[in-house]
Parts: sequence; C-alpha cells; structure tokens
Amino acid sequence: MLRLNKLTKTYKTGDQALKAVTLDIPEGQVLALIGPSGAGKSTLIRCINRLVDPTSGTVHLGDVELTGLSSSGLRRERRRMGMIFQEYALVERLTVMENVLSGRLGYVGFWRSFLRRFPQSDVDEAFRLLDRVGLAHMADKRADELSGGQRQRVGICRALIQNPALLLVDEPTASLDPKTSRQIMRLICELCRERGLAAIINIHDVALAQMFVQRVIGLRFGAVEFDGPPEGLTPDVLTTIYGEEDWEATIEKVEDDEDEVEAQ
Amino acid sequence: MSAADTEITMLIGKRWKKPPFIQRAWLRYGLLAGFVIYLIAAFLTIDVNWSRVYEGLERGKQFVLAFTNPDFTSRSSDIWSGMIESIVMTVASSVVGIAISIPIALGAARNIAPLPVYLICRSIIAISRALQEIIVAILLVAIFGFGPLAGFLTLSFASIGFLSKLLAEDIESMDRVQAEAIKASGARWTQWVNYGVQPQVMPRLIGLSIYRVDINFRESAILGLVGAGGIGATLNTSFDRYEYDTAAAILLIIIGIVMALEYISGVVRARVQ
Amino acid sequence: MPVKDLKGRQIWQPRTGRESLFHWVLWLIGIAIFAVCWQRISESTTWFFVWDAPRIANDIWTRATPPRWEYISQLGKPIWDTLNIATLGTIIALILAIPVAFLAASNTTPSRYFVRPIALLIIVATRSINSLIWALLLIAIIGPGVFAGVIAIAIRSIGFCAKLLYEAIEEIDTTQVEAITATGATRWQVMVYGIMPQIMPALAGVAVFRWDINIRESTVLGLVGAGGIGLQLSSSLNVLAWPQVSLILLVILAAVVISEWVSAKVRGAII
Repeated sequence: MLRLNKLTKTYKTGDQALKAVTLDIPEGQVLALIGPSGAGKSTLIRCINRLVDPTSGTVHLGDVELTGLSSSGLRRERRRMGMIFQEYALVERLTVMENVLSGRLGYVGFWRSFLRRFPQSDVDEAFRLLDRVGLAHMADKRADELSGGQRQRVGICRALIQNPALLLVDEPTASLDPKTSRQIMRLICELCRERGLAAIINIHDVALAQMFVQRVIGLRFGAVEFDGPPEGLTPDVLTTIYGEEDWEATIEKVEDDEDEVEAQ
Repeated sequence: MSAADTEITMLIGKRWKKPPFIQRAWLRYGLLAGFVIYLIAAFLTIDVNWSRVYEGLERGKQFVLAFTNPDFTSRSSDIWSGMIESIVMTVASSVVGIAISIPIALGAARNIAPLPVYLICRSIIAISRALQEIIVAILLVAIFGFGPLAGFLTLSFASIGFLSKLLAEDIESMDRVQAEAIKASGARWTQWVNYGVQPQVMPRLIGLSIYRVDINFRESAILGLVGAGGIGATLNTSFDRYEYDTAAAILLIIIGIVMALEYISGVVRARVQ
Repeated sequence: MPVKDLKGRQIWQPRTGRESLFHWVLWLIGIAIFAVCWQRISESTTWFFVWDAPRIANDIWTRATPPRWEYISQLGKPIWDTLNIATLGTIIALILAIPVAFLAASNTTPSRYFVRPIALLIIVATRSINSLIWALLLIAIIGPGVFAGVIAIAIRSIGFCAKLLYEAIEEIDTTQVEAITATGATRWQVMVYGIMPQIMPALAGVAVFRWDINIRESTVLGLVGAGGIGLQLSSSLNVLAWPQVSLILLVILAAVVISEWVSAKVRGAII
C-alpha cells in the first residue's frame, strides 16, 4: 500500500538523514520505527507526506507517486495520510471541536472553513470520534485547557477525521507519563485495527513498541538495520541499532509490562 | 454507559457553532451595534473635500516622484545646520535624560524605595508621560525663547518619563534572591544597589537608552515646527514652498539615520545580553 | 578574573590595566561629545531670555489661571474629531499592517529576497517619520482637515503595528502550522487555522496599545492644521488667550489619562 524506494534526504548542512531507505508496507499493517535520536525517524515520516521534501527516491501511496506531485495534487494526497504529532501540535487557542474539524480542511473550501460552517456529516463524525476517545463533553473547551493525554486524543481524532488510509505517528508518547503513554498506544492500535489502517509509529520506547505492533523497523544513521517481528529484537539487534548497552533489563521489563496488562 | 450513549445520540445531527468570544448575548450584540453606530457617526462627521483630494493626487504623485530624485544640494546649508542641531539636541538630551532617570527609576521602584519617595517619583513620571513633547516644547519656547535650548529641555523631560517608568518596572521584576544575597552580606544601601540591583538591570538600561536616543532623534525632527530648534523648521519651510525634492531629501536623511540607529541598537543589545 | 601580582602580594582587580584605560578613554570621549553639544546649544541660546524665564513663567501662570471653563462648550466637536482621527486611523493602519506583517515575517513571506525587503522598507519608512510630519505632507497634498489627520495617523501607525506583528508571527509555534499543513489544507487555510489563532492576542494588544498612542498624537495634529483639538490650541496660542490654552491642556491631559486607562483595561481583559 505504501512503498518507499531508495528514499534519500540530504539536508543543506550536508547531513545525510536518510540513506536510500526502501520499505514496503501492506494494507492495515501497524509498524514501529525505532532507533536512537538523530537516526532519521522524524525525517522519514515527514518525507512521506512531504512536510520535508526528500532529495531523491520515490514514495508510492497506492498507485500515486508522491514526490513528483504539484502542490494541489500533494494536498489531495495528504488527506489520505493522517498525522499525529509529538507534543500534540494542537492549535492551542482554538476549541477542541475546531481542532478536530481542522482535519477536514483538505475537503472543505476556504470560506466554509473560515466561517466554521463545516458540513453536518463532518460535525457528526467529529462528535462520534470524540465520543470514541471519551472527550465528547470537552468539544467546546479550548485546547490549552486539556491535559497531555486528552490533547493527544484530540490529535488522534484530527488525524482520523481525515478518513486516511495511512497514519503517520511521530513520537506519540514523548511527553506523556508511562500509564497515559500505554493508553494512547493502545488506542492508536485499536483504532487502526477497527478501521483497517496502516500506520508508521515512530517511537523511542522499545518496550512499548514491542507490546503493540506487528512489525519493527530499526533505523540507524538513516539506514534500515532491522526489519522483522517484535520478537526478533534480541540484545544483539538492539546493540546494532543503538550501540553497546545492557539490554536484558529492557527486555525483561517488556515481559513484566505484559503481565501487568493482562492483570488489568 | 447509557448516559453517555444518550449524550452522543443527542449530539449527532446537531449543528455546531463556535462558542462566542463574549458569552452574554446582549453584551455581544450591544458592543457590536455600538461599534457600528460609532463608525457610521464618525464617517458622517468627517467632511472630506473630494475634489480637493482629487486635485491633490497630482501633487502626491509629484512628491512620490521627488523621492526618486531628491535635491540635497540647493538648500544644503539649511539642511546641514538643521541636521547638526537635531543631532546635538538628541545627544545632549539623551545624556541628561539618562542621568536623571536613573535615580528617579530607583525611587519609583516599590521594592527598593520608601513610600513617600515612591509617590514623588511616580508622579514625576506620570506628568512627564502625560504631556506631549510638542506641547511641552510650546510652553518651553514661550518661557525660554526660540532655539535649541527649549528643544533640549523638552527631550530631556520626555526621556525621564519614558526611561524611568520602564527601568522602574524592570527593577521591580528583578530576581529578589540575588539582591537579598548582597543585602545579607551586610552591604549598605548604595553598595546593595551597586552590587545587587545594577548588574541585573544594566542590559535593559543600555537597551532602553539606545532606543530612547532613536526616539529623541525622531522627535527632534518635529520640534522645529514650534520653534524649538532642529531640522523641523527647514522641513516645514520646504513643504510650505512646495519644494518636494528638498523635503524628500530631508526625509530620506531622517530615515537613513533612524535605520542606522536601529542597526546599532540591534548590535549593542545583542552584545550586552 | 585578572589578578595582579604586586611584589609578591596578589591584588584582585575587576579589570585588566588595558581594559580600565579603555573605559576611561570611552568616558572621556563621551564627556567631550556632550560638552561640544552643550556648547553649540548655548551658542544659539539668548541667555538674557533664559535668566528672565522665572518671571515669564510666573507671568504665564498668572494669566493662565484660572482656566476659562465656559470655553469647554466649544470643545465638543474638536474632542469628537480627535477621537475619530485616532480610532479610524488605527483601524485603517491595522487593515494595512496585517498584510505587510505577513509579507515581512521571514516564515510567511512569499519571497525572501524581493518582497520581504520591500515590506521591511515600508515598515522603517513609515515609522521613522513622525505623524506631525506626515500630517504636514498630507496637508500640502490634500488640504487641511480631519481627513488628512486620519491618513497621517494611519500611515504613521502602519510601520509600528506591522513591526510588532511580524515579530509575533516569527515567534509562532511551527509544529501547529505543520499539523494544519499535514491535513492537506491550502495556504490560506493554514493561515486562518494555524497562524491567525496564534497571533490574535498580539494583534489585539497591538491595536489597543497603538490606539492609546494615537489618541495622544491626534491631540496635537491640529497644530499643523490636521483637525482635532490641536486646532483650538493653535488658535488660542496665536491670540495669546492663556486661560483657553490652560483649559485645552487640561482636556488633553484628561483624554490621555482616560485612553491609557481604557487601553490597560482592555489589554487586561484580553491577556
């Protein structure tokens, strides 16, 4: 469904953030992207919806090639890719409802969006999504009145109301406490399963990734070092991705976590 | 769960509107109506002589064209002496203004001055800020006669209000702990100000002073209109004689000097902070 | 820290010898410049008048008090004009300043090397020149009256408002803009949803702040013939009607205090 071919990004400073990354993601697959800071995880995600323009290589979403699109064509394709951000990236001075509805901007004309006159079907869908994440009663609150976990739920609604085929998720749990992190990850994965969405989740917490996804990609210095199921993440593999460190604790923690989840 | 279910079924199909900025409807519409009525009334009372404006467009075009061909030479001695006078007034008044505003700012900061001193200094600031430069200049010209002395005194007086107020606010918001540490060492009041307060507000004082030099220069360009010295008199004469090319030259010099001052202040502020 | 070794004893000094010399020279140059300036001022001053100043000031004071209170009945229209000059001037300035600010901010400008310098030039040119000079110019072009005052205030305020606004635009949180862009929104939608909400507080603050300043400035525009209460001040000064002058000054003072109070209240309500 999503196919990256030799995707390369070299920044103006000369840093090579991505080195010919080739990936193939089938329909409905949830994939975690792990790797140390600066490995190019964020760049990879942003190259897919072209918030960052790749230097060379191609991105195919379905049958459409994204890197050569004109700006209007790109906007049309961006509607099919919902994005969830680190630090939520909600527009803080707008209400929760406006933030969710902003996911429909690609479908609605300028004046309708300027006057906040969205089609009734969009408003209904927004309420349904907010209800799904348990925030329907917060619709008229301003986004900066919400807690971190609540904000990220609104961010998820904003991505889903686009009716995307693919979710791009950039460090969804980076500024959340451990419990909320797990709730958010579970919510994202559940919603992907319900709607049959593919997702690329860029995450630094290996244990959390192992708990929820079917496939893990390990990135190091902009190149794919590992591609396989979460069980394949042995200490050796982690060492090649992150460098030398004692990994037993991390992996053990995963097992503890899983017990805990079952106990809940 | 059933409560939540009914809630969502109630919400579906309902229209959604952004909650208004002002909650009370009567206040919201009242303010809006009042504003619209005011605007209409204001427009109706301005009588614009459109034929005069239309005639003026030609002169406006000439003036804009004059900027492409400014005349620096034919009145160069007037421009030169006026500019020197403006700069002299700016420098002298900035120095005096800064020197006087520092003690007043100390007096006007509630956290270091006793109440009577505070009230006196605050009222000096209030008077200086409430009086327009040009009005002060008119009064001082009436009292001291024509010439740059009146302009110099005007600008010094205005600088005191501006600098003291902002500096006092900065002193009031300074870090209490640092100042207390100095006080705890047994310093006298003057030492305490020198070691505990001055280092904290110095960057801001320098930044504000340069900014004030900039303002003083711009103001010095208009004081000439009421006879208080500076380039304003030359500028006024050139407008009266419709000598747009000379006026354009003077305006270009003013813009150039202001830009230079802004550039210098940017460099200095970057260095002291 | 520079520590000087003097015959075996270490003496701490806040600055090295070269540095302190440099500081002294700097101070000396500063004082010299000030002395030159002062000398030029004093050359072109008739000191006879200055020594006479206390008597003159006293003379003016006795003539100006008490103010001619009845005169206030003739000030209604000029006060109304002054208010209009400030308010309409501010509104026009804001309407023009918003696009200029977007063109000047480095993160929203359509072209960094062509449009942005022009926008910055507009900002510098309009704000370096005092509104009285703009008024003089406009009177020469379109004739005296309130209209010239409104336009003068508007032009003077464009640069001021646009400067503060473009600084606010440059400080916005870029991830919020990114998030709106990622939904497939157009350029204009990104502006309305991603940027405008973030700069609304700055915009409201700038508007009220500038309105307050414009009330002050519009009180004196009449001195050059651009309408408002300054016209009355100018004509009273011309006939040396000091009791009227003092009343007008009191009215101006009241207007300034009230406008400052209003602007402080409104800003408090917004932020």
